[in-house]
Amino acid sequence: MRAIVSVVGMDRMGIIAKVSGLLYSIDINVLDISQSILKEYFHMIMLVDVSKCSKKFSEISGSLDELGAQIGMSIKIQHEDIFNAMHKI
Amino acid sequence: MIDRNAIMETNEMIGKDNFDVRTITMGISLFDCIDGDSGKTAENIYAKITTAAKDLVAVGDEIESEYGIPIVNQRISVTPASLLARDETGFLRVANALDRAAAACGVNFIGGYTALVHKGVTAAEEAFLATIPEALSSTERLCSSVNVASTRSGINMNVVRQMGFIIRKTAELTKDNDAIGCAKFVVFANAVEDNPFMAGAFNGVGEGDRVINVGVSGPGAVKSAVGRLGPGADFGELALCVKKTAFKITRVGQLVAREAAKRLGASLGIIDLSLAPTPAVGDSVAHILEEMGLESVGAHGSTAALALLNDAVKKGGLMAGIYVGGLSGAFIPVSEDAGMIDAVRRGALSLEKLEAMTSVCSVGLDMIAVPGDTPEDVISAIIADECAIGVINNKTTAVRLIPVPGKTVGESVEFGGLLGTAPIMAVNRFSPAAFINRGGKIPAPLISNRN
Repeated sequence: MRAIVSVVGMDRMGIIAKVSGLLYSIDINVLDISQSILKEYFHMIMLVDVSKCSKKFSEISGSLDELGAQIGMSIKIQHEDIFNAMHKI
Repeated sequence: MIDRNAIMETNEMIGKDNFDVRTITMGISLFDCIDGDSGKTAENIYAKITTAAKDLVAVGDEIESEYGIPIVNQRISVTPASLLARDETGFLRVANALDRAAAACGVNFIGGYTALVHKGVTAAEEAFLATIPEALSSTERLCSSVNVASTRSGINMNVVRQMGFIIRKTAELTKDNDAIGCAKFVVFANAVEDNPFMAGAFNGVGEGDRVINVGVSGPGAVKSAVGRLGPGADFGELALCVKKTAFKITRVGQLVAREAAKRLGASLGIIDLSLAPTPAVGDSVAHILEEMGLESVGAHGSTAALALLNDAVKKGGLMAGIYVGGLSGAFIPVSEDAGMIDAVRRGALSLEKLEAMTSVCSVGLDMIAVPGDTPEDVISAIIADECAIGVINNKTTAVRLIPVPGKTVGESVEFGGLLGTAPIMAVNRFSPAAFINRGGKIPAPLISNRN
């Protein structure tokens, strides 16, 4: 299953490292990254594959929430189908 | 990779505009629970519901977590209870079993304490109707509805007259909680069998054994989209903007419905395309109409604005859904919509204007508190008017009125949660008693003869 990780907040050093480090530690493969900074506002979207991860989706989401709280960012993970459903006919 | 703007838009709709899936409702048929002994029927009902819906809440939570879309309620609707027993004792046992089953499944409402008596009333249904006030006052989660009219058969005015009594009695029995029992009771014309929304949900006799119906929401998302258009956009652009937003909202509802049905081993029912407000800031249908250019909802122009909104929501949603049904349209409850509450308080919105607005939207006079001393025949007459709109226009209409004992115009009643705050609204003080007490039925209208 593929999912989208969205990371939003004020820019600081090491965001990509921290997020991808966490994903690596729980066997989630990053397939694509798109990132931008607008007026110190950091925004990153990652396409990831969670099929090798043994954790429940709610646990993955919980770990990302915790990391987000630690580094002061909002980090969400969502099944990619919600975006496909909404934006593709 | 999915377009980043699309991802941002989705998350903005969820995060900022209160976009959510309002309810996953499991319809459960209870026909196979009927036994000659009503005590056994009640046992069977409890066992069937707590088996069929035991994972309903957990699956809702799972889908919410995976897709990142809030799912506000999981609910249960059942076969009209008036078909499940024969006498008052039996019906009250069924009511109790339904309430306990809802609690065991962790759902806040269960719908289906229902009678379909738009044409005639059997002896069992007479007994059932008599139990409604007690059933609503002795349970916490049970919701009740009565269909009193249909385009096909006209308006059963005998039952309409009874409704005034039932509503006043329910108010009296639940007066210590500001007549909360009445907030769980709906009177319908042209009730639908697959409505996922409370208090009027029931699993119709034409429905299957277990079915998932989903009600979407998103007034906040529509308001934001209309706001971004700005005041210069003409009505064509406005309608297009609403349609696009409704399409996106409905597609998510469809995704959630399909997943929920699959995971719960139920059949895929319908998506209800309703814009359902909550009292939360940024979740108001009234505010959409005001964003379109009305100083306050209730102003002249409100009916036209609502007609445009309702039609565009349906057009956008129909394209996005596989099976569309339920009530499908914008809801305009008073107590559950911050903009409606404000409009009543500032004197912009009257019961008469609300009645006009119900002719172009789903569903009817909803969650309206009226003075506690409103006579039974006035309540019946308000219901009759609403039924006439539904029957003649071949649409569903409903009335959920709360005559709050001891309160009058100028005061408010707090229900809390999704049920919100209801300012007491004025009713016309002239009597319809002689009209309501005639008895009999208003014949089916000309448009019912379609064969």
